[in-house]
Parts: sequence; C-alpha cells; structure tokens
Amino acid sequence: MPEPLLSLRGVKTNIGRYHILHGVEFEVAEGGLTMLLGRNGAGKTTTLRTIMGLWRAHEGEIRFAGRDIAKLPTPDIARLGIAYVPESMAIFGDLTVHENLILAARSGPPDQKRLDWIFARFEALKRFWHLPAGNLSGGQKQMLAVARAIIEPRRLLLIDEPTKGLAPAIIANMIAAFRELKDGSSTLLVVEQNFAFARQLGDTVAVMDDGKVAHAGGMAAFAADAGLQQHLLGLGMGEHQ
Amino acid sequence: MKRDWLPLVLIPMLAAAAFPLVGSSSSWVTLTVAGLAMGLMIFVMASGLTLTFGLMDVLNFGHGAFIAVGAFVAASVMLALGTWMQADSLWLNLAAFLPAVLAAMAVSGVLGLAFERVIVRPVYGQHLKQILVTTGGLIVAEQLLKVVWGPDQITLARPTALRGAILLGDIAIEKYRLLAVIVGLIVFAALALTLSRTRIGLLIRAGVENGEMVEALGYRIRRLFVGVFVVGSALAGLGGGMWGLYQETITAAIGAQVIVLVFIVIIIGGLGSVGGCFIGALLVGLTANYIGFLAPKVALGSNILLMALILLWRPQGLYPVAKR
Repeated sequence: MPEPLLSLRGVKTNIGRYHILHGVEFEVAEGGLTMLLGRNGAGKTTTLRTIMGLWRAHEGEIRFAGRDIAKLPTPDIARLGIAYVPESMAIFGDLTVHENLILAARSGPPDQKRLDWIFARFEALKRFWHLPAGNLSGGQKQMLAVARAIIEPRRLLLIDEPTKGLAPAIIANMIAAFRELKDGSSTLLVVEQNFAFARQLGDTVAVMDDGKVAHAGGMAAFAADAGLQQHLLGLGMGEHQ
Repeated sequence: MKRDWLPLVLIPMLAAAAFPLVGSSSSWVTLTVAGLAMGLMIFVMASGLTLTFGLMDVLNFGHGAFIAVGAFVAASVMLALGTWMQADSLWLNLAAFLPAVLAAMAVSGVLGLAFERVIVRPVYGQHLKQILVTTGGLIVAEQLLKVVWGPDQITLARPTALRGAILLGDIAIEKYRLLAVIVGLIVFAALALTLSRTRIGLLIRAGVENGEMVEALGYRIRRLFVGVFVVGSALAGLGGGMWGLYQETITAAIGAQVIVLVFIVIIIGGLGSVGGCFIGALLVGLTANYIGFLAPKVALGSNILLMALILLWRPQGLYPVAKR
C-alpha cells in the first residue's frame, strides 16, 4: 500500500489554555480529495492551521511526503508544496488582484497558460485584474484566495470552507476547478460545511468531533449512511440530498 | 477604484486656511517652505518606524537612539571635514555633507541590526515589554553617546553655501530647508517606488496587512522585518544627521526630543502606512510653523491638538492599514 501524502498521528494542539485538538489521526492519499467535515467547533480549521504550522502541535506527528513537518516553520512547510486557503480568505486588500497572484507565484511571473485556465474558471479575476483586491465582493475574494493557492502547481492544497457565501454558479465553477486539479497532480484536503458540495467532490472523508477524528473512510459509503451523517454532523434527510 | 484623496487635500487646505491669518504672502511662503522642510525631515525619521510597526506590531521607542546616533556621527564627519564645510564652494560643502549622512545611515543601520537582535526580538508580540525595553534601550543609548562624545552639546555650523536664504522679491527661503525638501522628496519617491514596483515592496505591503498569510505563501516575514528594521534605522540616522544640522546644536537627548513628533506623525498617518506617514509629517511640519508664527505660546501643544482632531475624524489615522 503506498504511503499517504499526508498523515496525522496523535496530533494535539492548544490555543492558549484551551485544548482544541485531542489526538487527531487521519491520512490523505496522494492524488485524491479528502473532505474534512464536522460540526462548528469540532477542530477542522485548527487542524488545517496546525498542518500549516500556523498553530503548533504540542504533541503528535504530521508527516508530509515521508517527512515530519510538525516542527517546521510555516514558510518551509509552504515551500514543500503545500498551499493554504484560510476561511477568512486573507487576501491582501491593498494589493491589486495581479499583485496578489504575483506574490503567490514564488518561482517567477505567473504562467500564462495557468492564468488562462484560472480566468476560464473565475472570470471576474480577469475583469478586476488591476483593482485593489479589497474592492472585490466576498465571492470574488474567495475566487482570488483559491486562485492564489493554485497559481502554481502544488502537491497539497489545504482549503478551508471554499463555498462559504458563494453563489451557486460560482460553486459550480469551484467544483469544476477542484476536479481538474485532482485530475492533474494535486491532492486536496478541503474543510466544508456544505455537504451537498462535499459529497460531489470527495473521494474520502474524515469527520471530526470534539477535537478528534470520529470517522474516516470513503465518501460514497458515508454519503449513503444517513444515520452516520445524522450522528456525526446532525444532518437531517433534506440536507444531505 | 476609489482612491481616498481626502487626507491629501488636507495639506493645501491647511496652507490655504493659514494664508489670511498670516497676512503677508512673503511670510506665508517662507513659513510654508519651512513647514514642508521640517515635515519631510520628520518623515525621513518616521518612515521606518511606521513600517516596523505595521509588519511586526513592534512599538520601538528606541527609534530615537538611531536618530541621535545619526546626528552625532554626521556631526563628527562634518567637523572632521571642517575645511570643506567652510569652503565657499557648494560642491565642497556637499562633498562633506554627503559622506556625513552616509556614515550616519551606515552606523544607525548597524546599530538597528544589533538593537533588533538583542532588544526587540525577545519581546515580539508583547507590547508592554516592548515599550519598557525599547525605552530602556533609548536611555542606555543616550548615556553611551555621552560616554563616546562627552556630555557637552556639539555646536555645528551649516556649510557655507547652505547658510542664509534665497531671496525672491520679499520672499526668503532658507537654503538648508530647500536641501531638506529635496532629500525628503527623494526618500519618499524611493520608498514609494520600492513599495509599489518591486517584489520586496509588495511583500512588505502584504506583510503589513497580514504577515501570517505572507508566511503561508512561503516567505519568511522575520527576515523581511529585520531588513525593514535596518533600513528604517538607517533612514532615522539620515534624518538625525539632517535634523542636527537644522538645529545646529546636538545633544544626547536629540532623539528623545524628536521621537515625540515622530510618534505623532505615525499615529496621525495610520500605523503602518507610509503614505499616511508622509501626509502626517507634512501636516505636523506646517502646523508647527504656522502656529509658531501666529500664536507662539500654543505652539508646543499644537501637534497634540492636530493629532487629537485627526483621530476624532479618523480614529485609526489618515490611512488605516487593513489588518488580517
């Protein structure tokens, strides 16, 4: 069995005096799309931030491509080929759309083919290319945040709630973009509240509850098990259709 | 895109409002040039401080030490090159002035590097400790200046060609103030171009907004911060050298005296904003000169009043930096 691209073993994270993660364990297979689900406050965002080194795991092991990255500084983690889209989007509002993408493309000017592909998915970015990103709408900021993560090929994308507040048409574009990324050479770990979106995209799923992974497995099996969804996510029948 | 021009309009508005109060157009021009020169010298000293605060939330009250060291180093070089300073040739005067301010920048920059490593780095993220420790650093630096240069003030005459004023009819414009305006504008243009046209400038602007995200993109914000800190210290040294020559007397307390104005300027501008710092410095310089002429007794508090009024209008300064 091939080694997973990312694995977490017994990861515990404290923020101040609060214990947020209580021993998180799951794996992300290379080339797949894993959905990290759970109720609000379950620890999903903290897990992504801990992988990225923005909050430190005080215990446990985080392995990426065979290397323990738990103690690495955030820039070194990013340079291993991990891109991060935070829930807050964290776009640089004082910089133009163009400048945001220039900074994200570390290895030089953005590749035109890649840009064209991004523009085909997120047309608004081309339209507002020279505008300060702070002037974009919420949905456009989300597009820019995702575009910043994919402006260059990365091995692993960590994306926190990409559909939050987006119009259905943009969500459809987002789904198409993630599918194409997955079909390329990227692996995705996506935190999501929108289960309809999650079940369309996810190959595997890890469901968090109270700072731990309560369930991990294939998405198809999880999507078919309404009782498990109800138990872990509190979803009613209408919500998971 | 709507650019916020309103703060920029404050400068001509202030100058226009002062015109009828001053009465004489020649006095008004003289005061305006003097105010701009003073403002630009303060801008040179303050620009680095606002960026270091924006990037790493560091409140560095020790910034005054770089200003003072710059003033002493520049004065020493100019005194050593006294014959060139006193020559009738502008070129010889500049040949003394230029190495003096370059030496001031170099020594202040190196001091800044050591200051960041020894004093600032251990207290990242702890504002109260930063205030205490960096103020302590300023006090220690002042005492060390007395050890090296002695306790007495240094009197420094301006270069011959930069003494006196250029007369345009009834209008008298001090030559040294014109030089201060030129140097200040060059520094502003260099900073503005660096921040808007270079990758490192983009990183600094992005880091001021959200340092964490800059790190998540794979850049080391600490390294960037050290670079900005050193450049900011060097600029403080340049400003100190120029301020010393402007005052024509230099004491160990020169940094502590001017740091109050520097903080007023960066607060008015919006902590972290170079553009705001530029406008804030010009407003402070103009206000000090107009009020000093119109009502000398209230001149001392005029900048505090200006800051209070601007913060009542814009509580986060003229150009607040959007944080995370």
